Amino acid sequence: MLEVSRLTKAHPGGNPLFADLSFRLAAGEYVAIMGESGVGKSTLLNLIAGLEAPDSGTVTVAGQRISGLPDEAASRLRRERLGFIFQAFHILPHLTLLQNVSIPLLLLRRDEPQRAAAMLAAVGLGARLHALPRELSGGELQRVAIARALVHRPALLLADEPTGNLDPVTAQGVLDLLRAEIRANGTTAILVTHSRHAAESADRVLVLSQAGLLPSAP
Amino acid sequence: MKLGIWLAWGELGAHPWRVIAALAAIAIGVALGLAVQLINASAAREFSQAVRATTGQADLEVRGPRGGFDDAVLERIAADPAVAVASPLVEVDALVIAADEPRILKLIGIDLFRAGRVTPELLGMPQDEDGLSLLADDALFLSPAAQSWLGVRPGQSLVLQAGLESVVLRVAGSLPGARPGQRLATLDLGAAQWRLARLGKLTRIAIRLQAGSDIQAVRTRLAAVLPDGVFVAVPEDADVRASNLSRAYRVNLNVLALVALFTGAFLVFSTQMLSVVRRRGEFALLRTLGWPARQLLRQIVVEGAAIGCLGSLLGAVLGIFVARFAIQLFGGDLGGGYFAGVAPTLILDPLTIAGFVALGTAAAAAGSLAPALEIARAAPAQALKGGAETGLPAHVARFWPGLALLAVGAVLTRLPPVDGLPVAGYLAIVCWLIGGISLMPGLAAKVFALLAKAFSAQASRRPLLFLSLQRLAAAPGQAGIALAGVVASFALMVAMGIMVGSFRDSVDRWLGKVLAAPLYFRVPAGGNSAFVPPAELAAIAAQPGLERAEWMRIQQFDLDPQRPAVTLMARNLNKRDPGERIPLTGAALAPAAIPEDSLPVWVSEAMVDLYGWSTGTQQQLPLGGRAVTVTVAGVWRDFARQHGTVTIDLDDYRQLTGHEGDVGITDGALWPQAGVSPAELAAAIQRAVPGTQRLEFAEPGEIRAASLRIFDRSFAVTYLLELVAIAIGLAGIGASFSAQALARAREFGMLRHLGTTRRELMRLLAFEAGGLTLFGIVAGGTLGLAIALVLIRVVNPQSFHWNMDLAVPWGLLGSVTALLVAAGVGTALLATRQATGTGPLRAVREDW
Repeated sequence: MLEVSRLTKAHPGGNPLFADLSFRLAAGEYVAIMGESGVGKSTLLNLIAGLEAPDSGTVTVAGQRISGLPDEAASRLRRERLGFIFQAFHILPHLTLLQNVSIPLLLLRRDEPQRAAAMLAAVGLGARLHALPRELSGGELQRVAIARALVHRPALLLADEPTGNLDPVTAQGVLDLLRAEIRANGTTAILVTHSRHAAESADRVLVLSQAGLLPSAP
Repeated sequence: MKLGIWLAWGELGAHPWRVIAALAAIAIGVALGLAVQLINASAAREFSQAVRATTGQADLEVRGPRGGFDDAVLERIAADPAVAVASPLVEVDALVIAADEPRILKLIGIDLFRAGRVTPELLGMPQDEDGLSLLADDALFLSPAAQSWLGVRPGQSLVLQAGLESVVLRVAGSLPGARPGQRLATLDLGAAQWRLARLGKLTRIAIRLQAGSDIQAVRTRLAAVLPDGVFVAVPEDADVRASNLSRAYRVNLNVLALVALFTGAFLVFSTQMLSVVRRRGEFALLRTLGWPARQLLRQIVVEGAAIGCLGSLLGAVLGIFVARFAIQLFGGDLGGGYFAGVAPTLILDPLTIAGFVALGTAAAAAGSLAPALEIARAAPAQALKGGAETGLPAHVARFWPGLALLAVGAVLTRLPPVDGLPVAGYLAIVCWLIGGISLMPGLAAKVFALLAKAFSAQASRRPLLFLSLQRLAAAPGQAGIALAGVVASFALMVAMGIMVGSFRDSVDRWLGKVLAAPLYFRVPAGGNSAFVPPAELAAIAAQPGLERAEWMRIQQFDLDPQRPAVTLMARNLNKRDPGERIPLTGAALAPAAIPEDSLPVWVSEAMVDLYGWSTGTQQQLPLGGRAVTVTVAGVWRDFARQHGTVTIDLDDYRQLTGHEGDVGITDGALWPQAGVSPAELAAAIQRAVPGTQRLEFAEPGEIRAASLRIFDRSFAVTYLLELVAIAIGLAGIGASFSAQALARAREFGMLRHLGTTRRELMRLLAFEAGGLTLFGIVAGGTLGLAIALVLIRVVNPQSFHWNMDLAVPWGLLGSVTALLVAAGVGTALLATRQATGTGPLRAVREDW
């Protein structure tokens, strides 16, 4: 599903972030990536999403090479095959929950409000389809983000510190939900986190350092 | 204090261009306002002082019609025991036949022996120190300014036109007492009366009273011995008169210049409002750390005032330069045609300059007050949590304050002028502008919500349009801010466009009505020394090829010493159908309805407003030194004269004035016989009748084109000020959208992550900017139409005493609308592109 081959990326100043990074993820696999601050975890996600260009190497998502694609094509690939969850939720305040979750479908020209409603029901917000984001707590907002990330059945989900802004109890609930939804949708997922506890919700844990992407010590 | 400076400095460093745009808007507003005020004040003061210089040390002044009054009046005045000196004067605006084009020079005939005791400024200084030349009948004394203007020096001669004759006068010396820049000539009284066809006539008597005289008592006593149409005035009246002459024009121009400052204040408002929205987190943090709300409020207002103060100081410097440049280029009246004969020097009044700097600072501070109150009211905890995207609270979308202001404005439009100025009309415009703009957020929310609902079925086909509409419907505050600049500037542009268009259209149709003959002639415009004598008129009338001729005689007289002179127009008229020649505004009285002991006159609209001469009323008209009872038989529209015109049939005028009615014809309308072209007739008259080469012959088409050219020139400043208002409005759109783009960077970043291309994002913004600008234009256009009606129906009649018909220049407005939408979208996209230059990655990151 995802193949990263000999990926090299340096800071704009020239200091290398990582070099010759290679790994593969099979379909339905759920991996957590940990590492110290500034090691390049988020940059790796951006390279996978085609939002940043690598200095060298390739990224292939669902058989399609995303690295080096022009903006139009990379955007289209992201729209169709990728889902995102952010630390700060990024739910549009002026849209209802249903409208927020519908955004990826709308961008694909798919008018499927029932699918968006079903996703909201799946994350436990089926009764609040027409509520506005300001009425929700942080945990609930991240549930909406999960619904939005998976509503269009992406092949690959990229989650960047999805529990970074949540208390431990809420965070655990979100992680359980995320795992359940990934399983239910058969989605491949990468979870970038600082939290050992969050990382343990994944199938396997990798640690990014200057030495490369290595399996975490048990 | 230190923290405040840090914060303001940080904001300036982060968004220098936005601050610079707001600063520039204030600077332009102050510069235009100050320049117009300085020019107007300098010109008015110079004109007034020039007028006062001719009254010298007089305690009282006797004045009559410009054509003059009987010089026997002098004896009656001098006989009063309280009168120490009565100095007679004949004042003529003489036509100088110069090398390039005819020029008008003010010529004053003085009694040398008496003038020295009342108006010594008018005494000439003979070049050859030959005192007798002061009394010579061909000697003229020219002020230094007139000498350089006409290019003649003492010892040379000057050719004037009296009637159709040339009069050659010798420049015998200078006028050392004349003011710098004042174009003036004096000569002996008898010479003036004889040479300029004013025998037995005086136009003024300057009076010095015995010490200790009661001026009011003498004034009343003298008034009793004066013929009708001749007044006793105090010299201060001359100031008031000079000021009244152009006051409405100056006030209107000042108000127009302040429009730029008004739109500049809106730009400061939108800059500060969006800055506050964006810095909500920063301010919330400061509140949490212990800054009181009051201090926060002060910080924002002081930031705005600092922008305003700096902009105003720059504007003041710019304004002084603009004023210097404009006064040289357009003269002291900026094309208005009020201040002939003076070349004003710019007077830099520190109080005026300080006033405009204070006004600019206050406008900017006022623009910051609403955002400051907004943030001071916000709960810090909520603001810290909510981030910037939540936008403004819902109360900005309330309707009642806007509706209340509209209602107040409507009431104000019904009020009369204050001291001859349309103060209530201007206040009504301000109320409607602010009321209209404050309705925008709520109205935009309603309209875009309806559109969003209508388009929701098509959301999957047009997702970006759907998202745009949802955004516009849900963020009324931000939409309202972005709209404020567009609505304000477009409304004012539409209002001015419609007013000027209606005025031009009315003038054009008026010219069509008043120019009924195929050929016209007139003596060169401006002076009152040239006219067509009776013998030449008879020769013209007898010209072969001429079927019919009509004459017109123009003379000015006073009805109120403090008001500018009224024009008496004696012309051939069909009393049964006067509308053939003058465009009546309503029904006229039939000849049978005129009482037998009275004569019919038809007056301009200004006469009704200023003197109450409405149709059917009986009035006293001073003619030939006596009061004649006249009945106002109708009101007509006179776009050529703003201070009032009384039209009387020429035959009636001749009957009343005898010989006087036969002289002074200045204009003629000629109908050639069939087969004779107007040009052939004009050429034949000029060949056959001596002196008529000096007349200006023109066909209606030429007169119409020339008149409209003058009209356009006098509105050139208006167009310039409008353009500035539009440019500031566009800068407002740019500032609003760039600030919004920054505030929405996370939203755009998220959309980019979800697969929206950069181009799609730009399209989304283009939808929003286009939709908002179009909405602003529709709203601004509606508001502009309403304001135009106030200008046409209230401000213009109350300022200039003429009415006009509404004519909307659709073509012009359509093209400006298209241009403005394109410019709005372009500006918004450009501003957004710059504002979102950091890209989507940074926008969504929290842990940098």
